[in-house]
Amino acid sequence: MEIDPLIFRLSIFILSIFVGYYVVWSVTPSLHTPLMSVTNAISSVIIVGAIIAGLSGNSDNVFNTSSIFGFLAIALAAINIFGGFLVTQRMLAMYKKKKKDKK
Amino acid sequence: MISANFSAIFYLVSGVLFILALRGLSSPETSRQGNFFGIVGMIIAVAVTFLSIGNFSSGFIYVLIFILVGGSIGAFIAYRIPMTAMPELVAGFHSLVGLAAVFVAISAFLNPEAFNLGKPGNIKLGSLIEMSIGAAVGAITFSGSVIAFLKLQGIMSGSPITFKGQHPLNAIILISIIVLIYFLCSTQSSNLFWVLLSVSFLIGFLLIIPIGGADMPVVISMLNSYSGWAAAGIGFTLENTALIITGALVGSSGAILSYIMCKGMNRSFFNVILGGWGATDETSKNVSKEQRPVKSGNADDAAFLMKNASSVIIVPGYGMAVAQAQHALREMVDTLKKNDIKVSYAIHPVAGRMPGHMNVLLAEANVPYDEVFELEEINNDFANADVAFVIGANDVTNPVAKTDPQSPIYGMPVLDVEKCKSVLFVKRSLSPGYAGIDNDLFYKENTLMLFADAKKMTEEITKNL
Repeated sequence: MEIDPLIFRLSIFILSIFVGYYVVWSVTPSLHTPLMSVTNAISSVIIVGAIIAGLSGNSDNVFNTSSIFGFLAIALAAINIFGGFLVTQRMLAMYKKKKKDKK
Repeated sequence: MISANFSAIFYLVSGVLFILALRGLSSPETSRQGNFFGIVGMIIAVAVTFLSIGNFSSGFIYVLIFILVGGSIGAFIAYRIPMTAMPELVAGFHSLVGLAAVFVAISAFLNPEAFNLGKPGNIKLGSLIEMSIGAAVGAITFSGSVIAFLKLQGIMSGSPITFKGQHPLNAIILISIIVLIYFLCSTQSSNLFWVLLSVSFLIGFLLIIPIGGADMPVVISMLNSYSGWAAAGIGFTLENTALIITGALVGSSGAILSYIMCKGMNRSFFNVILGGWGATDETSKNVSKEQRPVKSGNADDAAFLMKNASSVIIVPGYGMAVAQAQHALREMVDTLKKNDIKVSYAIHPVAGRMPGHMNVLLAEANVPYDEVFELEEINNDFANADVAFVIGANDVTNPVAKTDPQSPIYGMPVLDVEKCKSVLFVKRSLSPGYAGIDNDLFYKENTLMLFADAKKMTEEITKNL
């Protein structure tokens, strides 16, 4: 009997939870805020679903109810992706080490 | 048009890049590279999606327009937001992830053919289950985050809102969501789908209103986790590996952060979720408040004490963020350092309104991160330090947590500030902190209270140094 592809996806899911568990425990506490903003940005990879939804209309009729929700989701996810990565970058740029030579 | 197998491999690559993005955060040196990996992963995922659809018709241009519009809004916010507003921003972003998940689920429900999920009214059972779970969690994330945002922004009162029968009501709604998903999957009725969404929005709202301001670190982390599970739910529906991996990563990340925050307050997760301190704890309010003598001083006294110290530990808290005192604080520290006084910063896990909140503010004020220490790293140093400078923190320094088993915060890990030779406590008044209990530290022999706005007081001290 063939294995349902769902089982494979479930395996990926469960293993990723474990990977996430170990990776996140190794994040230094002082970077917990950037961690939240970057997880925010990457969870917006949901944009791939939004793009499929947005392009679901045919060429004569780009906008139908389904694709409009897709387009809205694209805009929301894009706010998050750009906002999330950029604000993370801005924060990380501020973390500096002690300067060794005194001015 | 590229084959499904080919795109699946690229989705896997972007999933791995996301793992590396989180991995990078294990130290500030590697973190910027990590963020870069994250961006590359995102670009790959989006590009592969375009290629796999291969339909560069008129719809394509609209996709680009919406990405551009959303992207500019996001970039604008990212550059303009002050660092003190980071908790609100993160809560706001969570709500967007939740809403995006809901919209994708709606779109897939209305037009399942576009996603290869069957026909309207006859969607594959597995997909429908995944879709409805993703939509429900997304909706809870959305409305919960909106409430968290309003509370953090101060538009809504930060105090817990409770009413009679709240917990039974929430329990009934949560059960009804499961029942609704069951019936939705067996009948494929679109009406039930809309009811499910509305009920999920409602429960997100109801779950967050009883949680008070200082419990926000737990709430934000929890919503972070939910946004991940919502994304994973949609990932299963779309059979997309990148989304499944990311959802699992974000879900466990948020869960770990909530755990760390709860441990920082010595409270169980359910205790936080079921309502704030002070709201459920009537006894703590009835404790008679006898007048005890406190010593209060001015900037001059504080400057004198610090000038004669050889080591100073600074304990920042939410009050520092409110007063925007981080830059003034760093200037004070610079002056201290010129006088060869050793200065370090002690940060409690739940200081501020979100995990790592204080660290970001200090980093913004150009405080090097190797002068900033976590509770376990620095707690033994208080006994050897001359001055502890508490600015905007309260409950996390209360020695009652170690001495009085009757106290609601008993057992919570606290900073051993009272072991310092002298304690300078910047605070506007003697009012109790969030936990609603008096801080014993105020009345200690070696404590000098500085009643003033945190920023003004710090500036004055600098002048007097």
